[in-house]
Amino acid sequence: MSTRRVVITGVGVLAPGGIGVKNFWSLLSEGRTATRRVSFFDPTPFRSQVAAEIDFDPELFGLSPQEIRRMDRSAQLAVVATAEAVADSGLDIQTLDPYRVGVALGSAVGATMGLDQEYRVVSDGGRQDLVDHQYAVPHLYNYLVPSSSAAEVAWKVGAQGPTTVVSTGCTSGIDAVGYAVEVIREGSAQVMITGATDAPISPITLACFDAIKATTPRNDDPEHASRPFDGTRNGFVLGEGSAIFVLEELDSARRRGAHIYAEIAGYTSRCNAFHMTGLRPDGLEMAEAISVALDQARINATDIDYINAHGSGTKQNDRHETAAFKLSLGEHARHVPVSSIKSMVGHSLGAIGSIEIAASVLAMAENVVPPTANLHTPDPECDLDYVPLTARDWPTDTVLTVGSGFGGFQSAMVLTRPERRPL
Amino acid sequence: MSATTVVTGLGVVSPNGLGAAPYWDATRAGKSGIGRVTRFDPSQYPARLAGEVQGFVAEDHLTGRMIVQTDHMTRMALVAADWALADAAIEPRGLDGYDMGVVTASSAGGFEFGQGELRKLWSRGSQHVSAYQSFAWFYAVNSGQISIRHGMKGPSGVVVSDQAGGLDALAQARRQIRGGTRLMVSGAVDATICPWGWVAQLAAGRMSTSDQPARAYLPFDADARGHVPGEGGAILVLEEAGAAALRGARIYGEIAGYGATFDPRDTVGGTGLHKAIEIALADAGLRASQVDVVFADAAGIPELDRAEADAIGAVFGPRGVPVTAPKTMTGRLSCGAGALDTATALLAIRDSIIPPTVNIEPAADYDLDLVTGRGRPTPVRTALVLARGYGGFNSALVVRARNPHATGPQAGPDHTERTR
Repeated sequence: MSTRRVVITGVGVLAPGGIGVKNFWSLLSEGRTATRRVSFFDPTPFRSQVAAEIDFDPELFGLSPQEIRRMDRSAQLAVVATAEAVADSGLDIQTLDPYRVGVALGSAVGATMGLDQEYRVVSDGGRQDLVDHQYAVPHLYNYLVPSSSAAEVAWKVGAQGPTTVVSTGCTSGIDAVGYAVEVIREGSAQVMITGATDAPISPITLACFDAIKATTPRNDDPEHASRPFDGTRNGFVLGEGSAIFVLEELDSARRRGAHIYAEIAGYTSRCNAFHMTGLRPDGLEMAEAISVALDQARINATDIDYINAHGSGTKQNDRHETAAFKLSLGEHARHVPVSSIKSMVGHSLGAIGSIEIAASVLAMAENVVPPTANLHTPDPECDLDYVPLTARDWPTDTVLTVGSGFGGFQSAMVLTRPERRPL
Repeated sequence: MSATTVVTGLGVVSPNGLGAAPYWDATRAGKSGIGRVTRFDPSQYPARLAGEVQGFVAEDHLTGRMIVQTDHMTRMALVAADWALADAAIEPRGLDGYDMGVVTASSAGGFEFGQGELRKLWSRGSQHVSAYQSFAWFYAVNSGQISIRHGMKGPSGVVVSDQAGGLDALAQARRQIRGGTRLMVSGAVDATICPWGWVAQLAAGRMSTSDQPARAYLPFDADARGHVPGEGGAILVLEEAGAAALRGARIYGEIAGYGATFDPRDTVGGTGLHKAIEIALADAGLRASQVDVVFADAAGIPELDRAEADAIGAVFGPRGVPVTAPKTMTGRLSCGAGALDTATALLAIRDSIIPPTVNIEPAADYDLDLVTGRGRPTPVRTALVLARGYGGFNSALVVRARNPHATGPQAGPDHTERTR
C-alpha cells in the first residue's frame, strides 16, 4: 500500500443560508435553519413544499452571461465554490504540471433542474411525445451528461489530469472525495479539486420524493421542518449546494507552508445489497464501512471526537445509523457527540456529503461541534448525544462523517489532524 | 507490489450481437447492427440511424417486479452482469459479500424512464410521477441494482465522464482490487435512444444525418460526417489474479495500465490523448512497440479523428501499429463503448485476430494502419483501448494476455523499439 497521505488545504462552500465558508459556519454554529417554503416555483400541488434554497446570483460571483447560460445551476454552484476553495488553499495551480491536477466532482442527480425546464419546452408542456429538437437549447447535451459539471470545474482551474463525476446517490459527496484520495495515493495526481454539487429543487424531484413520501409534509412550519433524531420527524427537507476542497499530498502541503485543515485518514464505501431505497434497522453495512475506515486510518473508535451523522430526518435512517454507530464504536457511541447539519441546511442529495465534510473540518478548526437543530423531543429509539439545538465547545481533533443513500451505498470517512496520526 | 487484476468473465449486449459469443462472431465477420431507429418514429429529426440492440426481451431474464422499476439500460446491464458472472463461473451467493464490489459508468442514467415521468409530470400532474423515478433515472442505478441482485457489499461506485466513463469505471474497479477486494463487477451499459435523449444528443451537433447505414459513421474516412449513436455495452468480471488462479478460473487477460487526462476548453485534445496513452503505457510497464493493436475512440468528426490520429502517430509512429474501430458496427455507445471495446480487445487476444473497422476507406493523410474490411489474423498479446468523452475527457486502458505460468508482472514479447 502506498504511504502517501492526503490532506485538505482549501475549502469552498455554497450552502443554503451560508454562501461562503464564513457564512456557512455562522449558520451552523448559531444553530439557525435555512429551510423555507419553496420559492423557485409554486409548490402548492406538492405534498412536501419545503426546501433549503440558496439565494444565489451567479453574476455576483463573476460568472459571465455565456457561462451562466451553458451551465446548469449545479455546475454554477460548483464553479463558484471551487473559486473559494482554490483561493483559500493559496495554491497557484498555474505553476503546477496541469496533467497532475485532476477533478472528482460528486453529484447525485446532475443537471436535473435544466433537464426539467428544457423537457417542458421541447415537449410543449408534456403534450408531445416526439419532443421538438428545434426548441432545444444549444447546450442541452451538457444537461444530458453531468460530467459537464466536472469539465467546467477543470476548465476554471486549468486542470488537465484525471477528471470525472462520481455519482453514487446521496453518498456522492463523500465518495467523490474518497475517489480523489485514491487517485493521489496511487500517484496519478498531485492535486485534486474535489467535492460535490447538486441543485435538485425542481418539480420532478419534488414529485419523485412525494411519491415515496421521503420528504416532510410539514408545510406549516418550514423553518422547523428538518428534524433529524426527533420523535416528531416525518421526512427530509430537500436542499441544494456545493462544497469543494483542494486535496494534496501532506508532504508537499507542508513544504509550501499550506494551512492544513485535516488529513483524510480513512475512507470506505459499502453496499447493503438489500434494497434501492430501504435500509435494514441493524445498520450492519454502515457499521462495517466505519470499522474499515477506522482501520485504514489506524485510529481507535475511542479517538473519535465527533460524528457528523447522515441524519436525514427519516425514521428509517435515524434508527439505522444510530444502530451502526453502536455496532462499530461500542460503548464510545454513547459518549461521542453526534449531530446532523441537515437540520439546518437540508439534504442536498449528492452535495451534502461534501458539505458535511466541510462542516467537519470547520468543527476541527473551531473546536466547536455544530448542533442538531429542531431536536426537542428525542425519538426514544435514538438514544445518543445528538447535540440538540445549540453548538458545543468541544475539543475536536478527529471526526467521523458518514453517508447513506439510495442504491444501498454506505460511506464513512475519518478526518484527523495529521500530527495526531502515528506512522 | 500491487495486486494484479485479471478479467475472467464477459457479458455483452450490443447492437450486432446479444451475448459475448454472438457479438464476437458478428464483429469478426464485420456484421453491422446499425439501422433506422425503430424505437420511435425518427422522421422529423435530422438524424435517423442508430445501433439498437435487437432481440432483447427483458421478460426472458427479469421478473415483472424488476422490469417495472427499471429503465431499458438497467435491464440490459442486469442481464449483462448475469452473463458475465456465469461466464466467469462465479456463484456470488457462495462468496463473502464484502469481497465483491460493483463499479459501473453511466452517462445519462435511466433517461428514457425519466422521459416518461417528465411527461406525466407536465401533462398530468406531479401526483402521477412513479415511485420508482427517484432511483430509476439516477446515475447510480446500475451499480445499486447489480449489487442487490448478487449480494455484493464491497466497495462500489459510479463514474460519469461521458464516453470515457467505461474505461474510467474499469480503472476504478482495478483500484478496489488493488485495495484488497477479491472480485469486482465493472463496465457500462448505456442507452438513450428515446425522443428526449435523441434531442439532447442532437444538441451536441455530432450526429450523422445520413440515411445510409453503411455511409453514416465513417471515422478516419475522408467522408466522415459525424457518428451514429448506439446502445449497449459490456459488463466484466475482474478478479485479483491470485484468487482467480486459485479457483482455476479461465483468464481473458490482465488490466495492465490506465491513464486519464482532460483537455482545455475549446480544443480538440490530441495532446491530452497522447499524454493519456503515455501514462497508460508507463503504468503497464510497456514500450509502445509492445502494443499489438489500438482500439480507437473513432469520433467520426474530421477534427477529432485528426487529433486521435496525431496522438496515435506521436506514440507509435506513422502506420506504427494496427488500429481498429469495431464500433463502426455498433455506433457510439457513450460510456458503454469503452467497456465493450475492452471486452473485444480481450477476445482479440484470445483468438489472435483483430476485428475490422467496417465501411471506411482510410484517408491517406492520417497515416494509420487501419484494419478494414475483414478481420486481420495475427497474434495479439497487448491491446490499447481509447475513449474520449464530450467536453475533453481522454482515457486509455491497456489489456494484455496473461501467461498462466507467470508469477510477477509479465513482460511482453520482445519487439524491437519502434520509431517514437
